[in-house]
Amino acid sequence: MPKLRVRGLTKVFGPHPRRALELMEQGMSRSDILERTGQLLAVAEVDLDIDEGELFVVMGLSGSGKSTVIRMLNRLIEPTAGTVELDGERIDQLSPAELRSMRQRKLSMVFQHFALFPHRTVGENAAYGLKVQGIDEDEARERALHALDTVGLGDRVDAYPHELSGGMQQRVGLARGLATEADILLMDEPFSALDPLIRRDMQDLLAELQAELNRTIVFITHDLNEAMRLGDRICVLKDGRVVQVGTGAEIIDNPANQYVADFVSDVDRSRVLTAVHAMRKPRRTFSPKDSPREVLDWLDEQEFNGVYVLDSEGRVLGVARDDRLAAGLRSGATTIENLLIEDYASAQHDTLLSELAGLAAHHTVPIAVTDETGKLFGVVPRAHLLAALSNEEAEVDA
Amino acid sequence: MLNPLLAQALNVELPLGDAADTGVRWVIDTFDWLFSAIRFIVGGIVDYTELALITPSPLIMTAVFAGIALVATRSWGLPVFTIVAFLLVDAMGMFAFAMQTLALVFVATVLAVIIGVPLGILAARNERVSTTIKPILDFMQTMPSFVYLLLAVFFFRIGRVPGVMSALIFAMPPAVRLTELGIRQVDAEVVEAAHAFGARPREVLTGVQLPLARASILAGINQVIMLSLSMVVIAGLGGAPGLGAEVVRAVTRMDIGMGIEGGLGVVALAIYLDRVTAAFGREGRGRRKEGPASTDEQSLSDDDADDDTPAEGGGDTSTTATTTSGATS
Repeated sequence: MPKLRVRGLTKVFGPHPRRALELMEQGMSRSDILERTGQLLAVAEVDLDIDEGELFVVMGLSGSGKSTVIRMLNRLIEPTAGTVELDGERIDQLSPAELRSMRQRKLSMVFQHFALFPHRTVGENAAYGLKVQGIDEDEARERALHALDTVGLGDRVDAYPHELSGGMQQRVGLARGLATEADILLMDEPFSALDPLIRRDMQDLLAELQAELNRTIVFITHDLNEAMRLGDRICVLKDGRVVQVGTGAEIIDNPANQYVADFVSDVDRSRVLTAVHAMRKPRRTFSPKDSPREVLDWLDEQEFNGVYVLDSEGRVLGVARDDRLAAGLRSGATTIENLLIEDYASAQHDTLLSELAGLAAHHTVPIAVTDETGKLFGVVPRAHLLAALSNEEAEVDA
Repeated sequence: MLNPLLAQALNVELPLGDAADTGVRWVIDTFDWLFSAIRFIVGGIVDYTELALITPSPLIMTAVFAGIALVATRSWGLPVFTIVAFLLVDAMGMFAFAMQTLALVFVATVLAVIIGVPLGILAARNERVSTTIKPILDFMQTMPSFVYLLLAVFFFRIGRVPGVMSALIFAMPPAVRLTELGIRQVDAEVVEAAHAFGARPREVLTGVQLPLARASILAGINQVIMLSLSMVVIAGLGGAPGLGAEVVRAVTRMDIGMGIEGGLGVVALAIYLDRVTAAFGREGRGRRKEGPASTDEQSLSDDDADDDTPAEGGGDTSTTATTTSGATS
């Protein structure tokens, strides 16, 4: 069961949401509904299943409704329709008091412009969620300090927010979100107000923390590269509707429609796609007992210079290269067993294309993709690699 | 060749003044018990305040005022001015009158703040209250102040109480307005943050909104003080004792010297009250620790940040009102 389950989540801004809802059910677009009723359909029928320990990214451009979506999860904005379930508990049906208690225990939030309390110290800011829960001051201070330590600000507890740089302020925001040990951390474009270098640092920090803490995080961004770097899965939002949900690689490799395709067109594919996306089955492999003549004939026919030779378990023994085979024939070898060379590069199925690019240049045979035991999965020919990087269907013969 | 009907229509006079006159008399008769009660309570408070200010010798009071100025401004300029000014007032024989005026200002201000600040809070949280209150405040501020005095004298007879009550009405609007403005100006995201961590509406108000609206609220209180001072002086016409009564007496006797003495007393009091309350209103005075901002990361102004952050357009900009009401309900 997913940790957070969202069904049909919808928000209409305006005094007469019902009319807009009717038109939405008839499948009308946001702009038509706005024209016909004057009501703005900000978010329409969003379904999400977010698993425990997942960093789930909701990505969209301005006006896509992503901020509204995240605010409906903790009801900073009341949904017009739809359900939000956390561990099977209906957030959308909680009374105000129950909602407060839910926010205190299970939902915390990090904001785009940090939203620190300027009149409180860094320590008091980090302890805010605990203070609201009524946890006693010493314990709250200690837990806040611990949270500040994890974000590297343990020595600034007594400073005021305005004394810190933007990146450090957002670390405080993050510490405030972590201190309550809530099940779900909502992050509303937390790094987009930071300059690019600091943003990079903060992304690294979050990735590091997440590897350790394994929180369930809903992360909003308009930056596709950020989404790709951080997200276990990504949900692409357009005009308030979900266009596609999937891992970064799935979205790049198989965009749901032209909008997503255009969107991902300038993403650095080499840092998202892996060997799997450029791999094909080897056309043929040989065993060490095969004769040099047979292999050489096949290479000739295919106009290849080399081929992988596998043992009976499918593990790579080496490469049979044409010049070595020819030399072997002249000296009377009957099998290729002693003619193999180590002239190849190997990679795992999850090796990024950016790393493969460096390996591809130097060898006569395609890159071998192997599992942990050395078994050959497939090969990545240079032409496939280039095709995958340039977003063309990899139908090239290689 | 005017149509006689039209001519008649143009000549119609609404007997608004008569109606108001009748209405006021009816109110006086009907709510006499209420006005008596107010006269008794407010009059008592003013009397005791006045007593507290007049009983110590002027030298002691001057020292106290200078001390307050020192605490407020943490510099020597205002305390020195205070000593010189109040000793001068004393030398002119106006000190007791100044204290009477101060007592009226004090009571009027306290009442205006007690009523005005909560009204401002209410207006900031409720759109309907805000739109209802606005024209009333406009009315209160633009009605000539003499009219209040006239009404107050009708309701509360002559003396201190009509002075306080007319000053209360005349001076309260800034307390309401600047409280509302101050709370509305608090960064919406910061308020959201408090809600997001599960704070109760009261905790959001007292822990976040009011502290962050502090400068604006104190600016409002400063305005209240200045306006009630001006009204309390005018109330001299209605028999309120103090510098105002002295000035009125000087005017009726054409006594220029006395008029100038009374006037200087008002000026001294006004400058003192304004500077002291303005100093208290200065944001974060002495509360934030000094310390060099860290330089290992580049600090960003909000403007810079906004450049690479397209604001959520459309639906999301119109959410603020809904957000707050949704979250506080």
